[in-house]
Amino acid sequence: MIRFTAIRLVEIAAMLVLMSFVIYALIGLMPGDPIDLMLGADPHLTAADVARLKSLYGVDRPLVDRYLAWAHAALAGDLGYSRLFSAPVAATLLPRLGNSLVLMGLSFAAAFAAALGLGIAAARRPNSHFDAVVNFTCFAGVSLPTFWLALLLILIFAQGLGWLPAGGIGGGENGTLAGRLQHLVLPVATLTIASIGGYTRYVRAAMRDALGQDHIRTARAKGASEARVVWRHALRGALVPIATILALSFGTLVSGALVTEEMFAYPGMGKLIFDAVMGNDYNLALAALLLATAVTMLANLAADLAYAWLDPRVSYR
Amino acid sequence: MKTPLVLLCAIAAASLAGPLVAYMLGADPAAVDLLDRFAGASAAHPLGTDELGRDLLLRLLEGGRVSLTIGIAAALAAAALGTAVGLASGYLGGWTDRVLMRLADGVIALPLLPLLVVLAALDLHKIGISRGFADSPGISLVRIVVLAVLVGWTTAARLVRGATLVTKNRDFVRAARSLGAGVPHILRRHILPNVMAPLVVATTLSVGDIILLESVLSFLGLGVQPPLASWGSMLSNAEELVTSSPMLAIYPGAMIFLTVIACNLLGDALLRRFDPRDPARG
Repeated sequence: MIRFTAIRLVEIAAMLVLMSFVIYALIGLMPGDPIDLMLGADPHLTAADVARLKSLYGVDRPLVDRYLAWAHAALAGDLGYSRLFSAPVAATLLPRLGNSLVLMGLSFAAAFAAALGLGIAAARRPNSHFDAVVNFTCFAGVSLPTFWLALLLILIFAQGLGWLPAGGIGGGENGTLAGRLQHLVLPVATLTIASIGGYTRYVRAAMRDALGQDHIRTARAKGASEARVVWRHALRGALVPIATILALSFGTLVSGALVTEEMFAYPGMGKLIFDAVMGNDYNLALAALLLATAVTMLANLAADLAYAWLDPRVSYR
Repeated sequence: MKTPLVLLCAIAAASLAGPLVAYMLGADPAAVDLLDRFAGASAAHPLGTDELGRDLLLRLLEGGRVSLTIGIAAALAAAALGTAVGLASGYLGGWTDRVLMRLADGVIALPLLPLLVVLAALDLHKIGISRGFADSPGISLVRIVVLAVLVGWTTAARLVRGATLVTKNRDFVRAARSLGAGVPHILRRHILPNVMAPLVVATTLSVGDIILLESVLSFLGLGVQPPLASWGSMLSNAEELVTSSPMLAIYPGAMIFLTVIACNLLGDALLRRFDPRDPARG
């Protein structure tokens, strides 16, 4: 187990190094370059100044040299300076990561809890009307464009009824917990509704398989209560495939969070990445993308470990 | 099976009939009329006009043409690439298999949308594509198809690999091999037919996913570029106006929703039809 975790951590590190180079190269291919931006801001710069700035910032050196210089500084803890926020990248990044984790954690918990309830209830009555309704609702959930859902929620609850704020985070100097929570309701609802459908379908399929197993019949035959059969015997088996699928869904959750944060002007990682890419803030975009990748891969690892813990037959030697 | 198919065909037929409708209304989906903005429904504009006075119905139909074309083209291309990867992986085995499948796992686990935002923002001129082509209006369509293929090939690859592994040592394949059949013949004649059913299902389902992806990228301003209409970009324009004219946002979103749910329900219906265990199989 420890060896498996260690190997996976090394793999994740190797993957991150590879990704950092790929993303570094890609960002160099985006429109505009930092010196052009300075030139735009100050028309008095001469060609000689441009050449001097280019060599000062190392933009004239080959890609691999520039990457190594960046990697060297990054490993020493210096991720550079953000152009958009006029602050060091690390200081900009960390609070946003916290905001995103709050949003994604709450949505994941809510969606998973709802999916367990709906999926199990539907799996216990296969081919009933209830099952059909749940199934159709799942398809509807999977097919909803997240940004449209967000727009509709804003239209109804913020514009129409005026119950909730349409965007922002409600923190700041004199922000209260209640204000913070109020601003979380709509983004969390959006992300939750967007993921319930997919999760419920996995839970329903896994539970239907689990309820058809021989040991369930045995449990019923020995007189175990229905609740015990469902929640203790069947769910234990069903959780194994569910854990695998959920592990793979973290990437999707991050993607959903980007759209949701953008729609509700919620200062999280997704919005930060989008703004950084659009605003030519190279240092910030690079670090933020890597951080999002790292968080996703660590979440996958956690799910793999949960998989071994849930299923005693699985052992990572 | 029937309802989603009918719905999908209706959307496709209406979208294809867009130019005809434009001819009958005597309007052009890209024609701007600043004196007639935010008009309500009328005989000339059955659904009214948008923030630039363009006919909303015609824009919706054009968006449908764009979205469906991208969805179907990218789904087919992703299925083709995935099939090639899956066949190579499953049939050759060994290192080829390990590398390709690790790559697939990697793609599946990554936070795709943030990375796609970077890819969609790339300056094509800098990767050696000529200025003329990089700036042509159709390039945004090609770009989205390429991005969708880059993320979409994994499902088909895994399906085909699994089926190839199961099939390649079956007796009829060994018989064919012993009769001197070449690898391409075995793959095409004996292995591919066995994976066709799940592949068709996966491809149908992926059309919906790709249309969603296209709409998100277009909504973020990175997808289909004006003057071409797309449901995603129409929503993006409507976002700021959502309080004053909500219908501008509701129509394109509803079209995306209907198209995607029709694809998903059709894929599910196909899955049931192909599944020999399903009692409701017709």
